[in-house]
Amino acid sequence: MPAVQETVERVKAIDVDQYKYGFETEVEMDVAPVGLSEATVRLISAKKGDPEWMTEWRLDAYRRWITMREPTWSRVKYPPIPFQDLHYYAAPKKNAAPKSLDEVDPEILKTYEKLGIPLREQEILAGVEGAGSRVAVDAVFDSVSVVTTFKEELKKAGVIFCSISEAIREHSELVRKYLGSVVPVTDNFYATLNSAVFTDGSFVYVPEGVRCPMELSTYFRINERNTGQFERTLIIADKGSYVSYLEGCTAPARDENQLHAAVVELIALDDAEIKYSTVQNWYPGDSEGQGGVYNFVTKRGDCRGVNSKISWTQVETGSAITWKYPSCILRGDNSRGEFYSIAISNGYQQVDSGTKMIHLGRNTTSKVISKGIAAGKSDNTYRGLISAHRRASGARNFTNCDSLLIGDQCGAHTVPYIESKNASAVFEHEATTSKISDDQMFYCMQRGLSEEEAIALIVNGFVKDVLQQLPMEFAVEAQKLISISLEGSVG
Amino acid sequence: MLEINNLVVDIEDKRILNGLSLTVNDGEVAAIMGPNGSGKSTLSYVIAGKEDYTVLDGEILLNGENILELEPSERAAKGVFLAFQYPLEIPGVATMTFLKSVLNAQRKARDEDELTTPDFMRRVKKAAETLEIDQEMLKRALNVGFSGGEKKRMEILQMALLEPSFCILDETDSGLDIDALRIVAEGVNALRAKDRSFLVITHYQRLLNYIVPDTVHVMSKGKVVRSGGKELALELEANGYADYRELAA
Repeated sequence: MPAVQETVERVKAIDVDQYKYGFETEVEMDVAPVGLSEATVRLISAKKGDPEWMTEWRLDAYRRWITMREPTWSRVKYPPIPFQDLHYYAAPKKNAAPKSLDEVDPEILKTYEKLGIPLREQEILAGVEGAGSRVAVDAVFDSVSVVTTFKEELKKAGVIFCSISEAIREHSELVRKYLGSVVPVTDNFYATLNSAVFTDGSFVYVPEGVRCPMELSTYFRINERNTGQFERTLIIADKGSYVSYLEGCTAPARDENQLHAAVVELIALDDAEIKYSTVQNWYPGDSEGQGGVYNFVTKRGDCRGVNSKISWTQVETGSAITWKYPSCILRGDNSRGEFYSIAISNGYQQVDSGTKMIHLGRNTTSKVISKGIAAGKSDNTYRGLISAHRRASGARNFTNCDSLLIGDQCGAHTVPYIESKNASAVFEHEATTSKISDDQMFYCMQRGLSEEEAIALIVNGFVKDVLQQLPMEFAVEAQKLISISLEGSVG
Repeated sequence: MLEINNLVVDIEDKRILNGLSLTVNDGEVAAIMGPNGSGKSTLSYVIAGKEDYTVLDGEILLNGENILELEPSERAAKGVFLAFQYPLEIPGVATMTFLKSVLNAQRKARDEDELTTPDFMRRVKKAAETLEIDQEMLKRALNVGFSGGEKKRMEILQMALLEPSFCILDETDSGLDIDALRIVAEGVNALRAKDRSFLVITHYQRLLNYIVPDTVHVMSKGKVVRSGGKELALELEANGYADYRELAA
């Protein structure tokens, strides 16, 4: 298992507090004044070159938001977030729409190199390997999309893949039709905030009958001090189309907590399929529980058409707090929703994550496989809702929810909700909680594995069912990440 | 090969080994016999380095080096192998993956290169054939859903692959039918070599018909109370352990 070997080497190369991606890039920043007001919203809107309807949309959201309160139902604790002390906009200054990678600030390219995103290599690779292994990256640096690769090739297939700001300007009618149609402006505190101030994100439109020729990928990165990061992603798969989207995140180390409140909306029309994979590795805070990203994300997919399918796969290893429930609305008859999750918490991390499968159409099916791993002094909660509407005859769900505890100071919690208003719905729920036993550890170590290698091996076995769902490019990275995240969880 | 001097071991303030001494020479197969609770399994765990045991006195020398301060993985890399009485299940980890991980971990600890995949596959295949282990079984998660006999054969397969110098077999015969016992014993016998020693722990003489020992040691109340040749095992089979309970007191 070479991946495990390599991981262990990497783990050894870092100290507990020395977060691998904990560096900051020195690029001149253009920062909005501190705090949130109508003026700030208008400033962001102007900076983004929004059309008027978009400005109004943001302002509506802002006016709604100031009447709302933060939700308190989740199992996470944190000091009050000083929303009026945050910056809501930061953009690299030297951004005169680069035509190619050569025109991109070398500092930014260096950052990507440190993160191991081979932008250049990917372009070269694209020419060498078959279309199946191609990955297109829309790199989001702080808030503005700096560079978008493969655009031309996607264009040939008719796929639109660009920053949401560009889409608002260039594909206004599509954005206007679908933005906020899955996660309404009024949905929840963080989604509403995002609606008012989102600065960038990705937009994908796959036209009818098109199978997107490559995996689409966005790497996010928080950079400017005290800047809330508000990403907005909108993916539309038109009738009979297919797209696979990968999202990966890292963030630099810092003392102050960072707020991240993204919204992702997916729409699958008749016979369309969207596969959305995430590897989340934001800064989790130091070994004392100081710092770390607050990750309050609203992700929802709408299986709007008949026979449509949306599949979420996530590997959550970072952030001080994760509050995230990628969900599916199964509106179209025979539609299918899937949620595969690995959530790892270590140190003082708090995870409250899960999914909602809302069965509205007939003969809709859903599957939930959740693997939670708690180590250190962390808390790891699975929270899920499976519901069947009155019309949802023949709805079926299978949920499997396993928790693994490492050490004796962490917590694993499972909060499943099931609501069925249709007598023909069949919902199955399986759950287990286990600990890595001392005997298992001794057995592996007697065979020659170190303590950390043994944990990595056992944990990778525990999450195997979910890892298999990830695209190859991500699976290897995720496996490494899992081991790095569990560094220092024993002894 | 292995020299144990005056080993005193407690578990949770209870004395388990009480001044045990034992020497196993290069290439020797030593059998340890004794009644339940005499400390046989504890001895195997302490040699392999399991936590939970407090070593109060004595030393364990492997080729002259005291290994008591070493981690279990370090002892493994130095050639200590324990075939478990109850092998552990590792869900989700394919047997083949496990074998490759542990073999390469040991090689790395000894500053040897990792095996190439074809070389590794060849070795596994050879060992598996000897032990009548089906290739399909190697794709399944380690020990998950394996029968008792399959688990024991898998232990010997690992032993064959890792090529340890000091092998401990902890009640390897327990739970085996006669055919499985023969296969396992043949696997062990095939590994006997001048530079490899065995410590075979068993209750019954039966196993020793198949794996014929050079020496037999009787344990009672945490120490070796009598040592002899292979005929000692037959004597024990005939007379039981009653005499030795008195000896240790």
